[in-house]
Amino acid sequence: MPKIKMPRHSPSLDMTPMVDLAFLLVTFFILTASFRSPEPIQVITPSSTSDKLMPENAVLITISPSGEVFYSVSGNEVRKKTLKRMASKYKINFTEKEVDEFGRMGSFGVSMQNLGKFINTEPQRRDKFPSKGIPMDSINNQLKDWIQYGWIEGMTKYKELKDEAESAGRAVKAEPLRFAIKADGNSNYIIVKEVIKCFTDLKIYRFNLLTNFEKGPND
Amino acid sequence: MAELNSDSGGSHKKGGKVKAKKQSTKVDMTPMVDLAFLLLTFFVLTSTFSKPKTMEITFPVPDDNPIEKDKNVMPVNGYTLLLTKDDRIFWYQGEFKDVPKNGLPATTLAELKFGEDLNKFLLDKNDKVEKEIKELKKRRLNKEINDSVYKSLAIKSKSDKLAPFFVLKADDKAVYRNLIDLIDEYNICNVGKYAVTDIMKSELELLTKATQQ
Repeated sequence: MPKIKMPRHSPSLDMTPMVDLAFLLVTFFILTASFRSPEPIQVITPSSTSDKLMPENAVLITISPSGEVFYSVSGNEVRKKTLKRMASKYKINFTEKEVDEFGRMGSFGVSMQNLGKFINTEPQRRDKFPSKGIPMDSINNQLKDWIQYGWIEGMTKYKELKDEAESAGRAVKAEPLRFAIKADGNSNYIIVKEVIKCFTDLKIYRFNLLTNFEKGPND
Repeated sequence: MAELNSDSGGSHKKGGKVKAKKQSTKVDMTPMVDLAFLLLTFFVLTSTFSKPKTMEITFPVPDDNPIEKDKNVMPVNGYTLLLTKDDRIFWYQGEFKDVPKNGLPATTLAELKFGEDLNKFLLDKNDKVEKEIKELKKRRLNKEINDSVYKSLAIKSKSDKLAPFFVLKADDKAVYRNLIDLIDEYNICNVGKYAVTDIMKSELELLTKATQQ
């Protein structure tokens, strides 16, 4: 009886397609990923049925459950210029290195007097920094100044980009600066009211309130 | 060189010709694949696709005239909702009256509860707009009107002169979440005319009295 010989297969298989796919996905994720800048506090926003997206270009005010106020504005360059304006107003000097570091930073919640110390803290330790929030009482309203200068710089940058795109005949990709408030659901309304007052004092009446998306009953 | 290749003894016999060892064209791709998948996992886990959602709100431009600030200009179909601590809402209709005026009694507050109670209240007051929006939605579903027409008609219906107007005021003890919940409820119930304003002193007094009961 002749023995039936099974064709012998090599145990190693061709991995090329898999590798192709893996690298394709890697490339995709690298290109689409946008890293979240580390936040000094954890905020749980209340949920709503609104599905509007967070604006790309915005001044963001974060309010912690215990009522501390944090500030941030989008754009590295804008942040640096805003800091320079604030520094000259409050007569506090920052080194070029500190300004650069500030440009890379996310939200912060310290007064101008403590900002230098905060900038020089290692990024990983910043959440341990005793952030008391940006002062916004009537005598020392630093928050209002931050908002105002961030607004000026943000809008200047937007106009620059817009003019550049228009002169080159391209579509304008940049968005005008918006104002967003990210408050914890359990923070007291009075703090939110005070922050809103800072905005309305500057004649800014339209905001985006950050919420968690939750499906509505109708759709 | 041949001396070094002492193990390939066969070639010595054939006239000492050095044969280049044929190397396989296949490269071991395992480390590369490992790395690729490591990176892939990292990016999959760290990337956040969804940008946070927001709720757009426009605040009323404050009155510059300080004397008129406390003056009440609420129409009859205007409802004021007052938010306070422990998720409680109180409301009254129309103009605020400290004392009976023009044959109408002084303002009293009624309580509302979050959830079904509030939803029913808003739908009841906003009945006409709600019905119109439903009708519009049906027409859009039946392809009678397109999206842009639907949007403009919906806005028109929501901002109708006869549509009820809701004012939202919160006292100092209210929580931010309640404000969002209430505005969200307005959006769900198709309320187009609403505003968030500061609470008046007289309202605050009445509210404090109501919460103590």
